[in-house]
Amino acid sequence: MKFDTPATTNPIDQMKIVGKPTNRIEGPLKTTGTAPYAYERHDVAANQAYGYVVGSAIAKGRIASMNLDAARAAPGVIAIVTADNAGKLAKGDFNTAKLLGGPDIEHYHQAIALVVADSFEQARAAASLVRVEYAREKGAFDLAAAIDTAIKPKASFGTEPDTAVGNFAAAFAAAPVQLDARYTTPDHSHAMMEPHATIAAWEGDKLTVWTSNQMIAWSVGDMAKTLGIPKENIRFDSPYIGGGFGGKLFNRADVLLAALGAKAAKRPVKVALPRPLMINNTTHRPATIQRVRLGATADGKLTAIGHESWSGDLPGGGPETAVAQTRLLYAGENRMTAMRLAVLDLPEGNAMRAPGEAPGLMALEIAVDELAEKLGMDPIALRVLNDTQVDPEKPSRPFSQRQLNKCLETGAAKFGWSKRAKPGATRDGRWLVGMGVAAAFRNNLNGPSAARVRLAKSGVVTVETDMTDIGTGTYTIVAQTAAEMMGVPLDKVVVKLGDSAFPVSAGSGGQWGANSSTAGVYAACVKLREAVVQKLGLASDAVFADGKVKAGRRSVALGDAATDGELVAEDKMEYGDLAEKFQQSTFGAHFVEVGVDAMTGEVRVRRMLAVCAAGRILNPKAARSQVIGAMTMGAGAALMEELAVDKRFGFFVNHDLAGYEVPVHADIPHQDVIFLDEADPTTSPMKAKGVGELGICGVAAAVANAVYNATGVRVRNYPITLDKLLGKLPDMV
Amino acid sequence: MQTSEEFELSRRGVLAGGAASVATVTLVPIGTAAAAAPAAKSPPTAKVAFEVNGKKRELELDTRTSLLDALREHLHLTGTKKGCDHGQCGACTVIVDGRRINSCLTLAVMHEGDKITTIEGLGTPDKMHAMQDAFVTHDGYQCGYCTPGQICSAVAVLDEIKAGIPSHVTADLGAAPAVTKVELRERMSGNICRCGAYSNIIDAITDVAGVKA
Ligand code: FES
Ligand code: FES
Repeated sequence: MKFDTPATTNPIDQMKIVGKPTNRIEGPLKTTGTAPYAYERHDVAANQAYGYVVGSAIAKGRIASMNLDAARAAPGVIAIVTADNAGKLAKGDFNTAKLLGGPDIEHYHQAIALVVADSFEQARAAASLVRVEYAREKGAFDLAAAIDTAIKPKASFGTEPDTAVGNFAAAFAAAPVQLDARYTTPDHSHAMMEPHATIAAWEGDKLTVWTSNQMIAWSVGDMAKTLGIPKENIRFDSPYIGGGFGGKLFNRADVLLAALGAKAAKRPVKVALPRPLMINNTTHRPATIQRVRLGATADGKLTAIGHESWSGDLPGGGPETAVAQTRLLYAGENRMTAMRLAVLDLPEGNAMRAPGEAPGLMALEIAVDELAEKLGMDPIALRVLNDTQVDPEKPSRPFSQRQLNKCLETGAAKFGWSKRAKPGATRDGRWLVGMGVAAAFRNNLNGPSAARVRLAKSGVVTVETDMTDIGTGTYTIVAQTAAEMMGVPLDKVVVKLGDSAFPVSAGSGGQWGANSSTAGVYAACVKLREAVVQKLGLASDAVFADGKVKAGRRSVALGDAATDGELVAEDKMEYGDLAEKFQQSTFGAHFVEVGVDAMTGEVRVRRMLAVCAAGRILNPKAARSQVIGAMTMGAGAALMEELAVDKRFGFFVNHDLAGYEVPVHADIPHQDVIFLDEADPTTSPMKAKGVGELGICGVAAAVANAVYNATGVRVRNYPITLDKLLGKLPDMV
Repeated sequence: MQTSEEFELSRRGVLAGGAASVATVTLVPIGTAAAAAPAAKSPPTAKVAFEVNGKKRELELDTRTSLLDALREHLHLTGTKKGCDHGQCGACTVIVDGRRINSCLTLAVMHEGDKITTIEGLGTPDKMHAMQDAFVTHDGYQCGYCTPGQICSAVAVLDEIKAGIPSHVTADLGAAPAVTKVELRERMSGNICRCGAYSNIIDAITDVAGVKA
């Protein structure tokens, strides 16, 4: 099915099941420990051996020699895989560095060996006996020191490195009110709770991997390329994923090494990345240095908007697209954005939840707060004044829907924004209290997505797609979609996900999963409805409801269409140019209240509210969870998350969950989320968009602005730790 | 296992490298223990018997096996999760003799005779424990990976409060601690949820505790 004209009325609009807050259908499995994650599939292959990964101890250089004798002689060892004995391996298209390093080393903790043994304990012990001599080379590890060498990168994700409209320089110079500030965001780690893990088994030349992966089809393709075998010979199965946030978009060392280990050991092999290896071995959100310049008239109209960002990556990598939102968020006739990329020999930078916008808004939305102060304006009024209903770079192109102002105004009323006082003026015992706000913005993306639906005699509808559920609630919204389309209750729908044997979906990433994958299910259900009507000899306008198909005076049980055998339909949703004609984006407003200890500078988040406008919300319960989870991650980015770079040796020092601090229960208050009532007919027949990334966009800036409002101290370098406040806090009376 | 001698060597390597960072190529000195590799000996094993979810289990284990791996890899009770294997995340929380512990931080052979309750012992999909049910109702999870640990912790936390065990945020050590959101957040802070379901998890626990927030 091709979606190339805006949706009209369709069965989803009934919203009997879609749009209702619905418990996750896989909830009973997850809460009883019976949902099987990758490393836990004891039943899928007999005689599994254990692999343990050895990571490089240098960041850059080469392996001078490797001595495997002691490891080989250790009890229980079956095989050891290294680049020396693994055969020819190509690099996957989605990887910047190779998944198995050696002799050349591209980053610290790059995998250089897998030790396979009968037990986990034996594999781990033997791995520590692998002896490596390295020839270390000098690398570049310091972004601030490297920005003079940064160059204009190739366009990535459709984002131009340089954009310009009007005459920014002249307009900024002439602006009566100017803001020119620099901000930094550190490297962040996904730190999902389930380590990357895979069980691999070969049958002849056919490989099956049970793994934890967000993008099944991409990863099958990359695995085929890496191993040099046909895609048809590879099966991925990833029904449950213990968090990804972008860190499991691509194959990582666990899946490649499990496959190579299984080949070498001639038996199935399971591999999980040890937690202390994950942060340097896998990808991270790259640090940025950003400069924002805003020029405005005295009454607050933006006349000049400039945003530049510097980031680093390994050779061949890409920039963090931190300026992306600035092209679209506010009106203003004269604009520029620029991204520059330095070569850094740190681990690979790549997508993490809302890549681009998350760090970009961390800077831009502080800048707007700073400008509001210079103007003597309320920061919400400033944002509202500079709203635009069209693409500011191309005014002939409207937003499909844009309710940013309503998000801000709704939130202000709900949060009690009018009680916000001057910086440093509100006290609650030893706490300095402040409120902050920031706009949330994230583009909506759609991807082609296919599904297969089966109707059984029992009236049960089974959906099969290689779509994944990374905690987003896919199982449930797919079931809701099929139930609404086929007119059956939710418990008559079975959903099977994450298997590459199923039709190829959009996968989970870029908050495109919900709308794209359910649109694919919609398309398949339209086909199944046609098949049912035809089989039953009913008029084509038959109504599917209550487990029945009704046309005129006839009413037939849905399952009757399958009495002489299952009915199967498969289709794929593809997209025309509506996303070019209309700018499709999601919007929100984040409100945060913090308390800052007047003595110690400790920051505590006291209240959080998000108001989101993101098209039709398919399951408000799971969508709310996506947003609160993203708000939590945003609070982490504001206050604690920072990969500390060892600039001499080139690695992230705090590479485990003790050193890389993420929010815990005690850091997070009750969180409120409001969804504005929307349905966007330009996005798909589902009229939905994504929320999972919108939820993190702007949160950290709202926290930062609240800290400023509480203390009068402006921190432009994240995270806002107490050392950056101490000595600057208002005097105690 | 790294010996202290190896640690010294690699530590010295790091220091040497730091001092020599002007050189473009540095050899990281590594010991030559490989030459003296002992012949492979089977690792020592030991028998251990304990009760898991009301069932007697007897295992003969490599003595290095953590309780977590005994559950997951030997008894195939994979509901208990491995998030870090280093006591940093709480995903492996189980209840041993009524108290919650990180099962990755304890060796299986140390639990002779113990009574262990895992997530599978609290309830099943058809017969869920009230806490499991409340997590579903309040959407107290997303990816589900931290969830068994959160639920085991939550069940134990309510018992701890009932037993009068104070926490870091208990203001009055003389009085019985109450089930408040602040108490729950403090006591649950060893269970990380990177999906960020905290707000909902606290709602689920207060629901089970029968207190109005
Ligand atoms: S796995 Fe035990 S605390 Fe993380
Ligand atoms: S539900 Fe994913 S880590 Fe808690």
